[in-house]
Amino acid sequence: MFTYVPLLWSVYLSFFDAHNTVSPHRFVGLDNYTSMLRDRAFTDSLGTFGLFALFIVPATYALSLALALMVNRLRYLQAFFRSVFFLPAACSYVVAAMIWKLSIFNGVRFGLANTVLGWFGADQTAWLSTTHPPWYWLVIVTVRLWLQAGFYMVLFLAGLQRIPAQLYEAAAVDGARPGWQVFRYITFPQLRATSVAVALLLVINAFQAFDEFYNLLSDSRGYPPYARPPLVYLYNIALGRGQNLGEGSAGAVILALIIAVVTVVQARWFGLGRRED
Amino acid sequence: MEKALLGFGRAVRLVLLVVLALLFLIPFYLLVRNGLSTEQDITSPDWTFFPSHLRWSNVGELFDDPAVPMARSLLNSGLIAVTTTVGTVLLASLAGYGLARIPYRYANQVFYAVLGTLMVPAAVTFVPSFVLVSSLGWISTMRGLIVPTIFSAFACFIFRQYFLGFPGELEDAAKVDGLGYWRTYWRIVVPNSKPVFAAVSTIVFIGAWNSFLWPLVIGQDKSAWTVQVALSTFTTAQVVNIHELFVAAAVSILPLLLVFLLLQRHIVAGIERSGIDD
Repeated sequence: MFTYVPLLWSVYLSFFDAHNTVSPHRFVGLDNYTSMLRDRAFTDSLGTFGLFALFIVPATYALSLALALMVNRLRYLQAFFRSVFFLPAACSYVVAAMIWKLSIFNGVRFGLANTVLGWFGADQTAWLSTTHPPWYWLVIVTVRLWLQAGFYMVLFLAGLQRIPAQLYEAAAVDGARPGWQVFRYITFPQLRATSVAVALLLVINAFQAFDEFYNLLSDSRGYPPYARPPLVYLYNIALGRGQNLGEGSAGAVILALIIAVVTVVQARWFGLGRRED
Repeated sequence: MEKALLGFGRAVRLVLLVVLALLFLIPFYLLVRNGLSTEQDITSPDWTFFPSHLRWSNVGELFDDPAVPMARSLLNSGLIAVTTTVGTVLLASLAGYGLARIPYRYANQVFYAVLGTLMVPAAVTFVPSFVLVSSLGWISTMRGLIVPTIFSAFACFIFRQYFLGFPGELEDAAKVDGLGYWRTYWRIVVPNSKPVFAAVSTIVFIGAWNSFLWPLVIGQDKSAWTVQVALSTFTTAQVVNIHELFVAAAVSILPLLLVFLLLQRHIVAGIERSGIDD
């Protein structure tokens, strides 16, 4: 109810001129759409986001799968390691962004990363404010990896525990070498259903990226022009100084359409829904 | 030879795990270290692993700071998180049960519509949702903060998958005894599904406690701030009391860590049995 009604309202609102008001009066047709699509800042934000998703989804996938494989083989301390990797899931993006921004990747005088690099004689880096090279990507990506990997590791662990032991015994009889071969021909195919679920959830979560971008990069002067995901940009347009709710809605509709297309393509690709009768 | 190789592989794996575990724990350590340090200890160019002394008075200062209503924000977050959790679990479990068990023509279509809201994330709809809430006059009210967030497609999805795998015999027995869907649900299904309820409750609670975009948009008055919004005003403020900020962050995750450590086993078991990957 609170998704579809606003979505429809958003479509309706996107055809109107709605500055500072929630009751639009002037019909402007597709003007909001054309002005959004011509807006470099908006298209750039879509690009930024695409790059982010393209990187964060496989990276989180690989890290959480690797963690699950390693933890699953442990005979002792399995619960301990699982807890350690799972614990960041309790942390909010706001808190994590603070630790990253003010304690690890602080660029000015202090900060763990610069201290450690200093031991090796490296110069200090202003992690979040240099755009060439774009070190802020490292900050943004590591926050999300830290926060998410443990949760998906648990999903993979659940999948691993469901693989019947006979399969491994049969593989051993057939002479499959433990390690890569077993993983390639037994473990990975058996994890297919889990993999699909994890990939979908990761993409959905990447689409929602807002909290850490907002908290890492904005300060009292506002948000810098680089590294803007679409949600941050829409937030600025709709609720910032302009309060342009019409254009904001148009942007939201464009974004929703893109997400819908990507999701459908992805679902087809993975064959999701085939088993639903 | 083979055995030595396997042993070597195991050692490498263990070392890797320990290193990764330390990396994962460092941010928590920094949070506590900085929260109990003086401002000089945090911002000193000669960074040390341990602060020069532990400064517990940071906690008191935080709650006395008039600029950030920390106690009020904690209270708001608690109220929102508890209400959202109870409401969501109730609605999502009933919806999930209905979708899994009650046969009617459009059950699958409804299920895809619900899944669709998961794919088109609610965050995309924050602009129109904001419009909706503000035209109801709910800006900066608890209603505005809670009501729109009270259903979760993800929770509904987990419940549906779980109930699909629920043994039908138990329900059949209830049916023979003359119980309808409603009473079967409350008397037979719910008492036998505790792990999944525990898991979903925790996930929803954490999500509600940690959510940021919606409270930022709706909670415009200081009186309606949540902990996360209060924290973020620290990071975007011109003058930052950095030690206060860290102690605030530590205080904000304390309730969750407690819930987490107490319920961890159930969360993991619940996720594992939820059938999310089936």
